[in-house]
Amino acid sequence: MARIDCNHIRHAYGPHPKSDKDYALKEVHHAFEDGGAYALLGPSGCGKTTLLNIISGLLYPSHGELLFDGKDVTNLSTQERNIAQVFQFPVIYDTMTVYDNLAFPLRNRGVPEPDVDRKVRETLEMTGLADMAKRKARGLTADQKQKISLGRGLVRSDVNAILFDEPLTVIDPHMKWVLRSQLKQLHRRFGFTMVYVTHDQTEALTFAENVVVMYEGEIVQIGSPAELFERPKHTFVGYFIGSPGMNVMPVAVEGRNARLGSQTIELPGAPKAGTSGVIELGIRPEYVRLGASGMPVAIRKVEDIGRHKVVRASFEGRDIAAIVGEDEDIPADPKIAFDPAGINIYADSWRVEIGG
Amino acid sequence: MERTWNNKAWFMVLPVLLLVAFSAIIPLMTVVNYSVQDTFGNNVFFWAGSEWFEEILHSDRFWEAMGRNLVFSAIILIIEIPLGIFIALNMPKKGWGVPVCLVLMALPLLIPWNVVGTIWQVFGRVDIGLLGYSLRALGFDYNYVNDPFDAWVTVIVMDVWHWTSLVVLLCYAGLVSIPDAYYQAAKIDGASRWAIFRYIQLPKMNRVLLIAVLLRFMDSFMIYTEPFVVTGGGPGNTTTFLSIDLVKLAIGEFNLGEAAAMSIVYFLIIMLLSWVFYTVMTAYDAER
Ligand SMILES: Nc1ncnc2c1ncn2[C@@H]1O[C@H](COP(=O)(O)OP(=O)(O)OP(=O)(O)O)[C@@H](O)[C@H]1O
Ligand SMILES: [Mg+2]
Repeated sequence: MARIDCNHIRHAYGPHPKSDKDYALKEVHHAFEDGGAYALLGPSGCGKTTLLNIISGLLYPSHGELLFDGKDVTNLSTQERNIAQVFQFPVIYDTMTVYDNLAFPLRNRGVPEPDVDRKVRETLEMTGLADMAKRKARGLTADQKQKISLGRGLVRSDVNAILFDEPLTVIDPHMKWVLRSQLKQLHRRFGFTMVYVTHDQTEALTFAENVVVMYEGEIVQIGSPAELFERPKHTFVGYFIGSPGMNVMPVAVEGRNARLGSQTIELPGAPKAGTSGVIELGIRPEYVRLGASGMPVAIRKVEDIGRHKVVRASFEGRDIAAIVGEDEDIPADPKIAFDPAGINIYADSWRVEIGG
Repeated sequence: MERTWNNKAWFMVLPVLLLVAFSAIIPLMTVVNYSVQDTFGNNVFFWAGSEWFEEILHSDRFWEAMGRNLVFSAIILIIEIPLGIFIALNMPKKGWGVPVCLVLMALPLLIPWNVVGTIWQVFGRVDIGLLGYSLRALGFDYNYVNDPFDAWVTVIVMDVWHWTSLVVLLCYAGLVSIPDAYYQAAKIDGASRWAIFRYIQLPKMNRVLLIAVLLRFMDSFMIYTEPFVVTGGGPGNTTTFLSIDLVKLAIGEFNLGEAAAMSIVYFLIIMLLSWVFYTVMTAYDAER
């Protein structure tokens, strides 16, 4: 169990990185608190696996340093860092039984056999593999194999941190849910630092108290699910989180007003800084009010998705989505208004504070 | 739907059939034919039944040659298989070193067998050969022409030099098929170098090792050209393997019946031993 500090970590796979583009990780400067449960969320290729591998010592960063509880571990091996990691694709030792697979990390560390047995049995129960303990691992299905992989990560409870790299991709939805709640339970019980990579936002939002969103080799925002939802720091977070994602539209800001085409939108306050560059207004569909008064829109499509309806409309020549309650009627001459609480202003994709 | 039967298609494989018949089946039948007949020359043959076979199976000369073959193959397998694995494990997996190593490894395999023999024959000569002369100069009493031990060492080293590459290349093919994630997982699990070999690399090489063992066994058991060129079977009979003896018998002594019987016994033994290797190794594979 340890606090993990990433100090200005940059990483390039190629030998002679020149521009920012050559870096798989542009700059990560962030602390994972001791005992925290973090979800690392981001699109494919944004550097999630790279970051995990740097933390576990499978990769050494090109720049920056890594601290565990304040101690520099940048140059230590994986072994010395004592980290468990579960990989994206199942890795099993074909020729061993399921039991021996789980015992492997413990035996390698010279754990006495009675302890090995106790831990392995516990893990077998937890992952639902108990009745196939004596089977050879090679004949198992993909999700059973992934459970073995997961089990090998969980069997060591004295680790500094456990890193999960999209561990549940090949597992069926129900088992996914079961395993996820077990992971949460384990986390509460042992209090290890846990980083969980996923590109599934529901998984991230239900799993962790802290969600770290990565985009193109950078951490763009860290926060609770609510923070990510209400105040996306970057337009990417707005798009990526929420379903449908945030509406983002280019505007011209003058004091407390934003102008879009022929419409003027009143802001809750004047943006504090930087109204230079590309200025955009972001508002989540949840804050777009559809009614008889406001700015005119043309409705293109209404999707009924159960608890609410998603209205797709055209506003000043661009697409906009709004969410309305299931029983609400769609007016014949639809108009929209923006709830000031949901308005965010972005300069060059980064959020700027709005004064009171 | 009606199926069209076109028996004319058979004519297309006819040339191959004829070729196989002429190059394999007919000679084999000739051998069988000789093995059950005797002759006093003039192309007059008469039935000998199993006489030749009995003679072969009761001849010390045959069993001694057989013994030499078995010892030779055993030594070859014991040296070449582990050495091949070892080299394959230490070959680079990426970068410019890969093509360089692969070419170096493939080189000995590209040299015709009799040339390999000639190279070593000259290489080991004590008067002009680099190896023989150097060993002499270093004070070793090396002479493959009249010392049986030196002759054996020379033939074995020559075979190792010639054929270990094959084992290396086969094992290497198995090794590069292992995804990186396995090595990463092994690091996370704290596996030792030995454990990585035992639980990740060896299982992946299993199949190719079977092929390597079979090929090296059959080939070494049939060895002919190289020792023939280097030692000619000597000194004495000490490097006279079955194949060399067979040629001596057939061409040197013109004892066609006995040579034919011996060929058949030889062939059956190779088949039998290969089958044993195959069965044992696949059974072991399935059991794990
Ligand atoms: N071994 C490597 N050599 C060179 N480039 C690499 C290597 N591994 C990853 N990259 C590059 O680094 C970037 C980040 O990759 P990474 O695997 O960390 O992404 P990821 O966020 O884990 O994506 P995914 O969700 O697809 O797993 C990508 O552009 C990728 O092409
Ligand atoms: Mg990844």
